[in-house]
Amino acid sequence: MKKHLSMTVIVLSFIIPGILVSSCKEKDSKIQAAVETSLKNSGMPEISASVKDGVATLTGECKTDADKAAVQSMIAKVKGVKQVVNNCTVAPPPAVPAPVVIAADDPLSKGVTDAIKDYPGVKADVKDGVITLTGDIKRAELQKLMMTLHTLKPKKIDNKLTIK
Amino acid sequence: MALQDKYKELLDTARSVGVTNLQAREQDNVLYIDGQAPSGAAKDQLWNVYGKLDPDFRSGDVVMNINVSTMVPGSKVLVTTQQSNLNIRKGPGTDQPIVGKAAHHEVVTLVSKTNDQWWLVRTDAGEEGYASAQYLSPQN
Repeated sequence: MKKHLSMTVIVLSFIIPGILVSSCKEKDSKIQAAVETSLKNSGMPEISASVKDGVATLTGECKTDADKAAVQSMIAKVKGVKQVVNNCTVAPPPAVPAPVVIAADDPLSKGVTDAIKDYPGVKADVKDGVITLTGDIKRAELQKLMMTLHTLKPKKIDNKLTIK
Repeated sequence: MALQDKYKELLDTARSVGVTNLQAREQDNVLYIDGQAPSGAAKDQLWNVYGKLDPDFRSGDVVMNINVSTMVPGSKVLVTTQQSNLNIRKGPGTDQPIVGKAAHHEVVTLVSKTNDQWWLVRTDAGEEGYASAQYLSPQN
């Protein structure tokens, strides 16, 4: 009888942890499914999660720090999640293009004077970076003049030329 | 972004001909396009597309500053005056004394780019001085 009992204990000692482990795994997969649903519904499908022993590990790229914090608190509320390990990275902010450099009127006027000296019919006025062209020009010469004026870094070119 | 749509063909052409450091920025209803074209032909192609999208350049909504990347110090450049000689001056500016001349369609060496308007050049005859960049074009 004593021998029989000890055998039972031995057998159970194998079976019980087996049941516990399998139920824990089952629980993790259920939590994982809940976490994934939660991520999908929140519009963050680019974040992925893996759950082990109730610990949800998040990976992927968040747009902002606020998104990263939000996703963490959201997953922490999912039933069964004991802890959240947030390994999400935050995308660097998009590079802000440098502002456009506009030439000051003084060098711009000088450049414009040089540029138009070969075109006797053309007059130009420079004010606040804007070149205003008046007078007349041959159609064949217009593009060449424009190509030069555009390199002077004006704010804009107002073309009021009469094209012959 | 409206101007980037209007000039989409121009920006697409810039990418397809291989303009490097291409930047397209909209500011106060003007689209500023900057970059380096791989050749004079590529630059001309861009200007032809621009002229097609904005006939006679009337809209005043683009400033396209595309230079040619092969025009670097040490390279040979072509004198593209209308027909006259190109003045070579002591310093960068039309107020500077003339120290030499280069003929129309002569090939000179680009020594350095002092600024966007004035480049230091040397003729094959050995005259060195500043010439207006608008009369210097890539050799192709």
